[in-house]
Amino acid sequence: MSTWTAGLIILIVKLAVVLVVLLLLAAYLVYAERRLLARLQIRLGPNRAGPWGLLQPLADIIKLLTKEDTVPAGADRPIFLLAPAVVAGTALLIFAVVPFGAGWQWQGRPIPGVISDLNVGLLYVFALSSLGVYGVALGGWASNSKYSLLGGIRGAAQMISYELALGLSLAPVVMAAGSFSLVDIVQAQANYPFLLTQPLSFLLFLISGMAEIKRIPFDIPEAENELVAGYHTEYSGMRFGLYFLGEYVTMVVLGGLVAVFFLGGWRGPWLPPLVWFFVKVGAMVLVMIWIRAALPRLRYDQLMMFCWKFLIPLALLNIMAVGGLLLWARA
Amino acid sequence: MTLYAAIFYLLGLVTVAATVLAITRSNLVHAVVYLVISFFGTAMLFYLLGAPFVALLEVIIYAGAIMVLFLFIIMMLRLEEHRQNGGALVRRWLPALVLAGVALGSLILLIIAAPGSANLLPAAAASPLEFGRALYQRHWFAVEVVSFLLLVALVGALYLGRREAETLIASPKEEP
Repeated sequence: MSTWTAGLIILIVKLAVVLVVLLLLAAYLVYAERRLLARLQIRLGPNRAGPWGLLQPLADIIKLLTKEDTVPAGADRPIFLLAPAVVAGTALLIFAVVPFGAGWQWQGRPIPGVISDLNVGLLYVFALSSLGVYGVALGGWASNSKYSLLGGIRGAAQMISYELALGLSLAPVVMAAGSFSLVDIVQAQANYPFLLTQPLSFLLFLISGMAEIKRIPFDIPEAENELVAGYHTEYSGMRFGLYFLGEYVTMVVLGGLVAVFFLGGWRGPWLPPLVWFFVKVGAMVLVMIWIRAALPRLRYDQLMMFCWKFLIPLALLNIMAVGGLLLWARA
Repeated sequence: MTLYAAIFYLLGLVTVAATVLAITRSNLVHAVVYLVISFFGTAMLFYLLGAPFVALLEVIIYAGAIMVLFLFIIMMLRLEEHRQNGGALVRRWLPALVLAGVALGSLILLIIAAPGSANLLPAAAASPLEFGRALYQRHWFAVEVVSFLLLVALVGALYLGRREAETLIASPKEEP
């Protein structure tokens, strides 16, 4: 077997494993969120399907797949049908540059712990997250409904605003690591995680990341009390399921990105790297669920003010401060 | 034809077709979607030529940011589809045709004369580091001038938007 085909087979197997794990994680994240939210609100949560309700995600998937897939009258059919796939697809593709392990050996051949180590990995993350906006904006527009359109417009405005804060919050990390590659950024945290040296960047990234994936308290594009369900009001069946899938996959991806940029990625004592990575991702996701149970939704103008008048200026100051410190340390 | 050449021509075909469709659509949102596909195709071409940094900037800035703003404004305004009236067709199209003809003619001349064909540039291996060094060490003055220009545009937009907002807030107070 030539090295080229062996490499291809390894890549395909790795892709399949990562995809299956990501999809399973997203499905069980819905379960975990419902159970945890229920406990935090002193309810029981789903506990009927299987022991402790553990089969609930499978029941949900069967339900979504067998429901009728409706298209509203007057909808822009092709765009309406394709928009959910954009959200789910971009969310899954981002994970391609996230390093999840130190790498392994198989028959004397190294298997890197990442699908693709791009030297511009961080920009790849931003490119895909900025393409994900189209799924929300076009889905809302194509539904031919006031609520969907308002949700789509709000989503587009919110996501392009917070993308700026997200990018600016990561500039100090790139300056400290000296590379855009996520693998290099993990390597740069060999001695200590960046959380210790850049706590402000961490907070800025976490807040704007949660706004970018539209989690409570930033879920204004789908605010139930004003917009029914926002941009996915008119969707049913698995197309609605794809929006949901995209949302939960981005939660896992955001957890992974926080782990890579600030918590040292797969690094940690005693346990194997893969386990450390999942522990860190799990911790970040639990924090996001906890925040959802604790905070109310912002108002739309508050959301925009917070981004443009507080987060972005603070992120710019942070870049200058870290840049000055780095120059001072080098001199 | 190698595999890379096949991919190149395929991407080029997609980009050109998407651009033509973007120009000819009367539905503005469809035009924006085709333009995004065209930018995406261009980005893939950059990647194929060995410049991933430029490719991703193309996606982030053009496909990601600028086209979302276009879409945003189209969705906010909800423009009716624009129907052309027949009469002034020549007057409307003549300047565009003349300019396009000049551009096409000079392009053909350039391809025939091929002034730079003797010293071919290597495939652009623009790593982010090299790109940043070249931009901020050799062309820092141009970067500063351009960013100042953008700042002026920003302040201008702020001024226009602000005046309107003040009158909007002021008007209800005068009513009672």
